Amino acid sequence: MSPETIVHADPRAAANVPPPLLAVDGLSLEFRTRSGVVRALEDVSLSLQKGELLGVVGESGSGKSVFAYAMLGISDAAAKITRGTAVFDGMDLLGATERELREIRGREVSMIFQSPRTSLNPIRKVGHQIEDVLRRHAAVRGQDLRERAIDCLKRVRIPDPARRYEAYPFELSGGMCQRILIALALACQPSLLIADEPTTGLDVTTQAAIMDLIVELAHERQMATLLITHDLAMAAQYCDRIAVMHAGHVVEVGPAQVVLHQPQHPYTARLIASTPHTADSIAAMQPIPGSLPDLRAAKLPPCRYSARCEYRTERCDTEALPVVPIDATHSVRCWRAAA
Amino acid sequence: MKLILKRLLLALPNLVGVIVVTFVLTRALPGDPAAYFAGAAATPEAVAQVRTQLGLDRPMFEQFLSYVSDLAKGDWGVSLATGQSVISELKGRLPASLELTLFGLVLAVSVAVPLGVLAATRPNSAWDHGVRALTTAGVSLPTFFTGLLLVYVFYYKLGWAPSPSGRIDAFVSSPPTVTGFYIIDSLIAGDFTALWASIKQLILPAGTLALFVLAPLARMTRASMLGVLSSDFIRTARASGLTPMTVLYTYALRNALLPVLTTLGMVFSFLLGSNVLVEKVFAWPGIGSFAIESLVASDYAPVQGFVLSMALLYVLLNLLIDLAYTWLDPRIALEG
Repeated sequence: MSPETIVHADPRAAANVPPPLLAVDGLSLEFRTRSGVVRALEDVSLSLQKGELLGVVGESGSGKSVFAYAMLGISDAAAKITRGTAVFDGMDLLGATERELREIRGREVSMIFQSPRTSLNPIRKVGHQIEDVLRRHAAVRGQDLRERAIDCLKRVRIPDPARRYEAYPFELSGGMCQRILIALALACQPSLLIADEPTTGLDVTTQAAIMDLIVELAHERQMATLLITHDLAMAAQYCDRIAVMHAGHVVEVGPAQVVLHQPQHPYTARLIASTPHTADSIAAMQPIPGSLPDLRAAKLPPCRYSARCEYRTERCDTEALPVVPIDATHSVRCWRAAA
Repeated sequence: MKLILKRLLLALPNLVGVIVVTFVLTRALPGDPAAYFAGAAATPEAVAQVRTQLGLDRPMFEQFLSYVSDLAKGDWGVSLATGQSVISELKGRLPASLELTLFGLVLAVSVAVPLGVLAATRPNSAWDHGVRALTTAGVSLPTFFTGLLLVYVFYYKLGWAPSPSGRIDAFVSSPPTVTGFYIIDSLIAGDFTALWASIKQLILPAGTLALFVLAPLARMTRASMLGVLSSDFIRTARASGLTPMTVLYTYALRNALLPVLTTLGMVFSFLLGSNVLVEKVFAWPGIGSFAIESLVASDYAPVQGFVLSMALLYVLLNLLIDLAYTWLDPRIALEG
């Protein structure tokens, strides 16, 4: 790792805060497709401390998963990073070779996905799938491998782990498959877990159990966690901080409770009003008007929310957006907050 | 075991159908075996006499009943042309055909699967287009033409291949018969001269067959591999940092092979069909060429025996494929 790869000058360094585990600065990413260039991420800056839980919230198509895939270097072949840096634990993720990234994936940074049943190899015993990861990253061989795999299952609170080791995914419930995926992701004790909508497709009681498990394990291991979800209330319940994404922009970042109770961005406020957890009745629930802008458009306005925004002014469509700090930990990307 | 029995029982109606249809079809064909075997100079009385001897003057239903009751006793009839029982004729020739067909199939699979994987991992590359061109050529040329072309190029022009004259070089003695497969028999006998001689004879006809079925196998491998490579569990495997080799072989290919296996069963029936012509081109002493000769002579019993043995073979192969399926895919076993 050459010294110039660590380009990130964090203002908090002065305040004796340790450097972040993950620091993403000004990341822009586009997909070059047959129907045009899709600017999926623009100027995304986020940082994550060791052991911290950060929720990334936004509706479908806001770029949450694209961001996560870019961190692991498993983006679609059409994806192209055009600007920005991402530094993980001193390593430049965007400049790293595929070989270097393979060493990190599953060992330092792991990921769990939505639809757990299809995310496991259907014709391989789950125990063997965990062993594949252990064999790859941890120098475990032979009989130890089996014991370690069973141990991994035990640690995600799977009852009767030795029997589950022999199971195929089709023999397990969705919640159980998600536990297996978590066991797989945590097998090598990563310092960062990216959970991409981990509870989508599970029933409500299982959802809570899975989220409790993830948070519990994260605290137990001092593991930083990036929770990607469309459910702002859930993110507020489990995360330390929340970043709200809209159409490839991070529009607001702040401590979870502050963002939930004093949202500064009109989109965040709308998102909260549209969530059943926080609305008092069905009638009080407000849909967000309009839909995401077409990210293929040749000329997108500086604020990609402006077309849907009730506070839209002329400068929203003409002048570059400021990132307005509300306080040391809370910032918003909106002209209204600057006023 | 239960699965095997169930499959065999399910195949019975098919076999009954095959028996009925071939019986009716052979009778419906033009040509009169009595006239053929009485000879060109025979008087109408002599022909009628032969017809009575063969039982061909009896009603069709009666002939069918006696054919079926003979079959049940294990008697497949007698070839009028050779005077041998159909069973012993087939037994002598079946290994030759099977060796050719299976060798062709193995050759096809061992070329088609890597080609399919190559094309799938590099979609729209030069490899992908090359594979498409090769497989299209293979499937669009009739086998007898491919066979003749190969003989022309590799025997007549280049002189690399031996003459297309049967299973083994005329100057090499065939190995003692154990299985009837020359490759296996010469290995058992430790006779490497015979082994080499028989492999050399096999390559061109087996290659002809393989070229013909390369296309469906390679295309199915490519399509199925592309589908699997974009599935969720491959993403998980990649996100876990598994090496490309592990992702490609342990995770993707094993899953992608399931539909290829189904295609294999289909392709085997193509091979049995095209075998007949390829054997003719390469003077291969198999049951295909025997069946053609019998058909030309309106010799009913061997033709029926040939079709029946093909049907049995097909049933057996599909059983094997079903077994391979349960071995490859744990989800099948439960439903079995």
